[in-house]
Amino acid sequence: MWKTILRRVLIMIPELIILSILVFLLAKAMPGDPFTGSINPRADPAQIHHLMEIHGLYDPWYQQYWNWVVHLFHGDLGMSYEYQEPVVDLIQQRGANTLWLALFTMVLTYGIGLPLGMYAAHHEGKLQDTLVRVYTYVTMSIPFFVVLVIGIWIFGYALNWFPTSGSVSAQASGLGGTMLSRLDHIILPGLLGALFGTVNIVQYLRSEVIDAKHSDYVRTARSKGVPMKDIYRHHIFRNSLLPIAAFAGYSITGLLGGSIFTEMVFSYPGMGLLFLNAINFRDYTVITALVLLYGFLNLLGTLLSDIVLSIVDPRVRVE
Amino acid sequence: MVETNTDQFLNIKNVSTAFKINGQYYDAVSNVNLEVKHDEILAIVGESGCGKSTLATTIMGLHDPEETKISGEIDFEGTDLLKLDEKGYNKVRGAKIGMIFQDPLSALNPLKRIEDQIQEVMVYHTKMTEKERHARVIELLNQVGIEDPDRTAHQFPHQLSGGMRQRIIIAIAIACKPDLIIADEPTTALDVTIQAQILDVLRDIQRENHAGIILITHDLGVVAETADRVAVMYAGQIVEQGTASQIFNEPKHPYTRSLLRSMPQRDNESDDLYVIQGMVPSLQKMPKQGDRFAPRIPWIPASAHETEPKMHDIGDNHLVRCTCYKDFYFPDQVKEGAGHESN
Repeated sequence: MWKTILRRVLIMIPELIILSILVFLLAKAMPGDPFTGSINPRADPAQIHHLMEIHGLYDPWYQQYWNWVVHLFHGDLGMSYEYQEPVVDLIQQRGANTLWLALFTMVLTYGIGLPLGMYAAHHEGKLQDTLVRVYTYVTMSIPFFVVLVIGIWIFGYALNWFPTSGSVSAQASGLGGTMLSRLDHIILPGLLGALFGTVNIVQYLRSEVIDAKHSDYVRTARSKGVPMKDIYRHHIFRNSLLPIAAFAGYSITGLLGGSIFTEMVFSYPGMGLLFLNAINFRDYTVITALVLLYGFLNLLGTLLSDIVLSIVDPRVRVE
Repeated sequence: MVETNTDQFLNIKNVSTAFKINGQYYDAVSNVNLEVKHDEILAIVGESGCGKSTLATTIMGLHDPEETKISGEIDFEGTDLLKLDEKGYNKVRGAKIGMIFQDPLSALNPLKRIEDQIQEVMVYHTKMTEKERHARVIELLNQVGIEDPDRTAHQFPHQLSGGMRQRIIIAIAIACKPDLIIADEPTTALDVTIQAQILDVLRDIQRENHAGIILITHDLGVVAETADRVAVMYAGQIVEQGTASQIFNEPKHPYTRSLLRSMPQRDNESDDLYVIQGMVPSLQKMPKQGDRFAPRIPWIPASAHETEPKMHDIGDNHLVRCTCYKDFYFPDQVKEGAGHESN
């Protein structure tokens, strides 16, 4: 199994190089230059030309790329024009916010989705199953942002149970108080996110468990005299988790990228909102850094999925 | 009869299995009577859809009670299997009755090592320690003809060939030395050379364990090679039953004769193979009365069939359903004893 993982990590290296070149070239292709208008609107073009030269902006692209990569390895992704802060610092703050929300959402999603999917499959065709399926269909057919808006309106404004914006209250003090305030801010967006996330898991797991229940190897297990509850434990559950395991890596990194909808509706200062604002303000350094980061997270997600799969499924291991 | 009582350890009496389709029950197996003795291979033959596998899974108790209705009695070593609850049945399955399935590719759990899959049956039916179970696994793998048992025990199903997987399934079925082995088309998915090896393995095991075997197949070649007795099934019913030589040398029922005639033979190579007209009727379209095979031999007059076809013993426990066999002839053959049927 280590071989499989090592092989996957090695494949990631050329993927990362290609990704970074693409991101860099796309950033270069954007119109304008970093100096016009940023020093003095009436700056002498000759002076700008001089600045461009000092900063190596007339060098061939591969040389510029190399400089950029060297800076990247030193943890320098440039300054944000909008926030006048190093991009790395920005991503760190926002990333932490998003991480909390993502973890909370994940725990809720899997904590609700897995038992619910099993429960529905176990009662296949009965009332319990129908109820679960109605829930998944209804949730799936409403656009996510509508649910968010309705959610924040009812529980945030009307009932006033949860805060409606920000990641932590300004009045919170002390470590405990801050933590509690943070938790308070992520409960509602986390719940609403999980409400949506569970739908996929419930439907996948339900159909997988039903397939497994009628599979030949379960029939073999029954003909061995294994009680049905043990068959669920030893055969059905693990085999049914395969597609969910394959999906898990993507969903973790997807959540880390931040949900643009959730963060916008809740004015939650995370990665998604940062990205959205960066686009609105043409904050190029931030955009480049985030696109690179999302690309990296995606590669990491597939890697994670492959690792999880190779642990659960012997068929994908390289012997 | 006194002598057979000790011999017959499986006695299927008047068993019917009906499936629920759109709220109504339809017989897939109707009123089957069969016995199996120790040291005997009983073959059940018939076309696809004739109820062979349903009979097998009925004996194993693998049907969902909400979707099926089973009646009759399956007397196995003194207990009626049909009266057992799930817990009671789990003590019989795997321990006293082992089953070999048709498709070795899907019958093993893809995520578990061979060793664990064989050990599982022992975990539930024996008090063996892990070490004893491992020793038994190696012994079993040797018995079913696996070349390198230690290596194979550690492998996963996808690393084995179809023939090897079928051997593993046989190993699972015989792990607890069951008295009865039900082999449902054990060689269908395998190529011919492997088929012969698998049949050899089955025969060896039977000799060693004194087990009775029910061999379900549509391959008459396999039957001729292995079976002691044969039951021919058509549309859920047994239409003829007897020793292998009775069935192959003096087949009586039109269906048996048609089946045998549709088998390629060395001496009629040049001729076209015989084809039985029509198809096995679906469960919903099963004729309610009369001979179920009659529609497929339309040239035989209706008067030749019984209205309620019964099994007739025509000597030496050779049983045939319906009296129509007396008047049966193939359309391309001159009717034997022409004029015998004057009206």
